[in-house]
Amino acid sequence: MKDIRLMKGNEAFAEGIIRAGCDGYFGYPITPQSEVLEYLSTTNPKERTGMVVLQAESEIASIHMVYGGAAAGKRVVTSSSSPGISLMQEGISFMAGTELPCLLLNVVRGGPGLGTIQPSQSDYFQAVKGGGHGDYKMIVLAPASVQEMYDFAKLGFDLAFKHRIQVMILSDGAIGQMMEKVELDDQMPRLTDAEIVKRYPWATTGKTPDRKRNIITSLDLNPVKQEIINQNLQKKFKHIEETEVRFEKIQCDDAEYLFVAYGSSARICQKAVLLGRAQGIKVGLLRPITLFPFPTEELARLAEQVHGMQVIEMSAGQMVEDVRLAVNGRVPVAHYGRLGGIIPAPDEVLHVLEQNFITSKTEKKYEPAAY
Amino acid sequence: MSQLLTREEICVPENEVYHRTCLLTDAALTYCPGCGHGTAHRLIMEVIEEMGLQADTIGVAPVGCSVLAYDFMDIDMQQAAHGRAPAVATGIKRLYPDKFVFTYQGDGDLAAIGTGETLHACNRGENITIFFVNNGIYGMTGGQMAPTTLPGMKTATSPFGRDTESMGYPLKITELIAMLPGTYYVTRQSVHTPQNVRKAKKAIEKAIQYQKLNRGLNFVEIVSNCNSGWKMTPLESNKWMEENMFPYYPLGDIKVPKQN
Ligand SMILES: Cc1ncc(C[n+]2csc(CCOP(=O)(O)OP(=O)(O)O)c2C)c(N)n1
Ligand code: SF4
Ligand SMILES: [Mg+2]
Repeated sequence: MKDIRLMKGNEAFAEGIIRAGCDGYFGYPITPQSEVLEYLSTTNPKERTGMVVLQAESEIASIHMVYGGAAAGKRVVTSSSSPGISLMQEGISFMAGTELPCLLLNVVRGGPGLGTIQPSQSDYFQAVKGGGHGDYKMIVLAPASVQEMYDFAKLGFDLAFKHRIQVMILSDGAIGQMMEKVELDDQMPRLTDAEIVKRYPWATTGKTPDRKRNIITSLDLNPVKQEIINQNLQKKFKHIEETEVRFEKIQCDDAEYLFVAYGSSARICQKAVLLGRAQGIKVGLLRPITLFPFPTEELARLAEQVHGMQVIEMSAGQMVEDVRLAVNGRVPVAHYGRLGGIIPAPDEVLHVLEQNFITSKTEKKYEPAAY
Repeated sequence: MSQLLTREEICVPENEVYHRTCLLTDAALTYCPGCGHGTAHRLIMEVIEEMGLQADTIGVAPVGCSVLAYDFMDIDMQQAAHGRAPAVATGIKRLYPDKFVFTYQGDGDLAAIGTGETLHACNRGENITIFFVNNGIYGMTGGQMAPTTLPGMKTATSPFGRDTESMGYPLKITELIAMLPGTYYVTRQSVHTPQNVRKAKKAIEKAIQYQKLNRGLNFVEIVSNCNSGWKMTPLESNKWMEENMFPYYPLGDIKVPKQN
């Protein structure tokens, strides 16, 4: 029988990492993602799988604990929300430089600064363009449901170890906090130490006589070598762009207008597509699932088909830049964003699309709900 | 007159007083001549060799002059961000509780930027060993003031001497962490004379041995010179260290395990 449960997004992620054979979680509480550490603290993963859970003294410590575990070949995770993720950038950059696999969850809240605890998508640039110092990218997955919060735990680990890269799940307060049903898989076994030695020959597991010592470092003071290291990193990112793009298309086949949105905004746009179709507007939705690598080619293809693209983000306009780069002027691309933790409504975003591309600006007036 | 002994007759195990540990690589040390870092490296590697721990050891290098410790130590090592070594070591040790995990850190690394990670690793009683080389200065970046710089001591950023009124006091972090219930063995040593080297080696042996007991964090401070940063000859720096550093940072055990 299928194991189906009603869960919060954050809890689904926590259950997801346990079942995906996670070895260790290190984290620090912050709203709206504290349920991850709370769930891990109450559901006894130590007894279930031997997984280690530790509350660190800060997000800085969390990410460097992750670094230590990852460098020793373990499947390690941390999660936080925007201010905490900012603190982690040092460690993430070091993991980029050492090509260490790990899974990171950002349940985004509005900023800048302490901002708000309400959902937002204003950390897109930070997640997708690097975030910390140096030329690097992470794979960024954008869940739009509680089920995906669960599924992306395993997918994230797989991608992280396949490419020796950091995978960030870029969620938001709405997806993290909302409850939906989730279908759970069977427990995957954790790798044994012997399996780790075999699978990850680069890992610092203790130098045995049969091999040279393993060193995990991002330092090389020789500029010629450092350039080669960087060129190899770029090659890897390019390969990921060629092979790992994921997206979902909803009612795109005959679409004349297109919403482009990820995460919570995509859920709202999905509803807006239904509303629009009921009114006879041929509207579809392109939902990027990977934000890096970005579905650039698919958007370029759709630019040949639709009359306009309406980007919806809970930010002042971040992903829209990547959409415009993909479309390269072939069709108009409009941005609409709500800020500060406000989630736009389906009729609101449909109205914006209509205003921008279909009806004349004066015809219809939309009265947004009072917040 | 008796016959001279041949090389073969002299080089027999009974006559051996010293051999270079095989856990130091052939790479030439990049430390300034006279610097204590090299001796500290050697002692740690000797002990790991003697205890047969090479295959079980994971070391963590800091940011500081010893950032390249992994070039010299023939063991698996990770290079940590500045000050974060205790967190990195926590991550390793929690996931490999049977391995021997240590950090090697300078005073800027451990007692300034990494104070939080140091205190909390100690306070959680992580079963790791920390080797702390305190030379009262930022050696690597060219001799700036460290948290451990003595009052009145001249550095690149305290050119008229450390003024405690505006720059605060030298941080006795070792005394601080010795107060925490999470630490098991805390000691302060030096490696500037043969006698001190022997004592330091004993302390390092204990700090490694004790990790097997899982009773908490073991901490060895090595008060050391930075002849370049202090702008002295190696000999002058050792004398200066004895006269000025040791009164403020007295050598000896600070916390020893209770007999049970
Ligand atoms: C985040 C960060 N800040 C500053 C530096 C520059 N930096 C490198 S080493 C160092 C001080 C090292 O001093 P210490 O830990 O005492 O080691 P020593 O060189 O004296 O052995 C500093 C400030 C850095 N690498 N990273
Ligand atoms: S600068 Fe100081 S600490 Fe660094 S190697 Fe030279 S003497 Fe040693
Ligand atoms: Mg120093």
